[in-house]
Amino acid sequence: MAEKKRIDAPTGTQTVGHEWDGIEELDTPMPRWWVWTFYATIVFSLGYVVVYPAIPFLNDASKGLWGWSSRGDLHQTMDAEISRRAPILSAIATTPIEKLAAQPELMQAAMQGGAAAFKVHCVQCHGSGAAGSKGYPNLIDDDWLWGGDLQSIEYTITHGIRNPDEPQTRNSLMPAFGKDGILNTTQVQDVVSHVRVISGQEKPSASSRRGDALFQQNCAVCHGGDGKGLRDFGAPNLTDPIWLHAGDRETLTQTVMNSRKGVMPAWGHALDKATIRMLAVYVHGLGGGEATPVQAQVAAAPATATPAVATP
Amino acid sequence: MPMTPETDAAMSTMNDTAAPAESLYAKRKSVFPKQIDGPFRRFKWLVMAVTLTIYWVTPWIRWDRGPHAPDQAVLVDLANRRFFMFGIEIWPHEFYYVAGLLIMAGVGLFLVTSAVGRAWCGYACPQTVWTDLFQHVERFLDGDRNAQIRLEKAPWTPLKVWKRVRKWAVWLVISFLTGGAWIFYFADAPTLQHQFWTGQAPFVAYGTTFVLTMTTFIFGGFMREQVCIYMCPWPRIQTAMTDEKSLIVTYKHWRGEPRTKGLKKAHDEGMPTGDCIDCLQCVQVCPTGIDIREGPQIGCITCALCIDACDKVMAQVGRPRGLIDYATEIDCEAEMKGEAPAPVLKRLFRPRTIAYFAIWTSIGLAMLFALGVRPRIDIAANAERNPVYVRLSDGSIRNSYLVKIRNMQSRPRAMTIGIEGLEGAVMWHEGQTRDQASRALRIDVPADQVLKERVHVVAPAQGEARQDFAFTLRTLDEGAETAQDDETFVRPETGQ
Repeated sequence: MAEKKRIDAPTGTQTVGHEWDGIEELDTPMPRWWVWTFYATIVFSLGYVVVYPAIPFLNDASKGLWGWSSRGDLHQTMDAEISRRAPILSAIATTPIEKLAAQPELMQAAMQGGAAAFKVHCVQCHGSGAAGSKGYPNLIDDDWLWGGDLQSIEYTITHGIRNPDEPQTRNSLMPAFGKDGILNTTQVQDVVSHVRVISGQEKPSASSRRGDALFQQNCAVCHGGDGKGLRDFGAPNLTDPIWLHAGDRETLTQTVMNSRKGVMPAWGHALDKATIRMLAVYVHGLGGGEATPVQAQVAAAPATATPAVATP
Repeated sequence: MPMTPETDAAMSTMNDTAAPAESLYAKRKSVFPKQIDGPFRRFKWLVMAVTLTIYWVTPWIRWDRGPHAPDQAVLVDLANRRFFMFGIEIWPHEFYYVAGLLIMAGVGLFLVTSAVGRAWCGYACPQTVWTDLFQHVERFLDGDRNAQIRLEKAPWTPLKVWKRVRKWAVWLVISFLTGGAWIFYFADAPTLQHQFWTGQAPFVAYGTTFVLTMTTFIFGGFMREQVCIYMCPWPRIQTAMTDEKSLIVTYKHWRGEPRTKGLKKAHDEGMPTGDCIDCLQCVQVCPTGIDIREGPQIGCITCALCIDACDKVMAQVGRPRGLIDYATEIDCEAEMKGEAPAPVLKRLFRPRTIAYFAIWTSIGLAMLFALGVRPRIDIAANAERNPVYVRLSDGSIRNSYLVKIRNMQSRPRAMTIGIEGLEGAVMWHEGQTRDQASRALRIDVPADQVLKERVHVVAPAQGEARQDFAFTLRTLDEGAETAQDDETFVRPETGQ
């Protein structure tokens, strides 16, 4: 390799001084302005280090003259967002829930706010798609234990179900017919046979006919003589194909033997009024929401009741 | 261009005097191009007038689209994600038309470059057009080349300060008009102009105007040919795309060499003479400050002003024009051997240019055809998958869909969504209840908008676990357009 720099005749440019198999490289000078631009970026970086947090220390970093931080930036954005939302949220909190639909922009905010709150507070039991699971009600079908209109849903969310800390909670107690000795094992099987007949899963049999009589004595108070349930007691409709736990013989036997007592938190203790209202609007809008009944006050009334227990 | 022994020798003699380039950094050599007139200069004037007019006038052309759409002929509406170009409206999902235009622009450049070399650089590139404009301003205010050189070398007297301030002020005004015009492509021009002067325009409008004003000022006033030589990738790409049949600006050295200063005297003395009288006119008029006689080079933007300059001189010394001329490499070789060069038209029409032209036109025609038949309504349903189905209390099965209906016309349209297939199914949307369910939903879609509708479809539980059906969309106005989207209705597996 020749280490001799020379001027290349056709271009008038100096070579870098290396040669490989007769090939040389020109050392074309950089334009002067380019170098100045490079120096300018260095000066800029010095300024950047001074005004922005840049130098890492053991527990912290330099603060920078402007005091900027990404966390502070986030706080600022969040505060601006909170104050932007404040009037909307207070309007939602002060508008009766059945009147929200008349104000599309409030309704839209409520749907979106409800969807967000649902993902934080409700999905743990009801699932992210609100389809529930065994023992946790499906909120998107058209079957409701305690009522599916806006006010009933809002009441349920506020006061919870069988919540010991909430005096106005939705409450009912199904007796543990087998465990408490109200019915013997054969009688429990007869009642199960009857329930499976009225829900269209079995053909009537001798057992189900015996169960019918037992049902009228023990169960009809809450579930109704025809088994279609009673929302005041949160008593499910036993004739439809929707089961909170399951409709097979084994599960039904367990239900009648031991009773079922699902609970739900009283969100009135934890969430503000606007959030609960938005949640109710969202749940109501999932596909199974029912129209507000004419005498709305009745539906919204506290539905605490203890069903009478008939003994055979 | 291959180096022939003669050129090599000529260049060696020329460069032997070059000073060694000691410094790693080269100072820019100021260029003071001289005023010249000629056919190519007049063509450059024409291109400049046309391109600048297009740039400044386009945003102000109005185009009536009715009450529901902007009336600006060319508008890139970023906020609403629409692109308007006269009778054409592009939605974001139709961006491939813009991609197609870019591909056409690319292939068009290949075509132009393979046929006539760096014509884009020489005539139409904004860097060339604005630099040219700024140089005219310079000549108008400070005088032609020699006066400018004198002024440059003169000490900083108050008069020089005044002349510099005056020139920069005019440049800045042009730059501001340039940068300011750009923003009108992105919003309603008259409204934005009013907002701009009353301080109500969005910050980005002022920011863009400032940045483009400064880039125009700096690139057109000070960087000039440095942009072409150091910053722009295009010259390098074009160098690779020209071939021996491309028209380039060439100095015909076999005719010009040896250069002779006193042509007549040398002739009388019987010395060998070329046509070049070494008057340096070609160098003085060059806007990038190169010597075309050194052969094709990266600094040559093929603006052909040297042809104008040389032709003038040739006329004066009584030699034929075209010592510096547009020529192809193989024609040069033919001329050197004393053969007649092929006519220019024959050079323009050759397989390569015809292939580029064919590609260019077929993309254009395909896009025009697609534009002509493209639908202006669309339906797209997204099945909700969490859960995929819901059993209702009467035993039937419900699937829910987020249905998006696009109305891409600038007028509100009434439409019906229907279900095709899936016997026994009915549907209702979020504003309704199940009692109102039917097999067809009437909806009004606002002008130029996407309507999102959550639609519940209920079908009997008996049927396939996955049953195909389609949402159909039909407009109820005179257009009677239709669209459809194939979907699947999901039921629980049998036995559940």
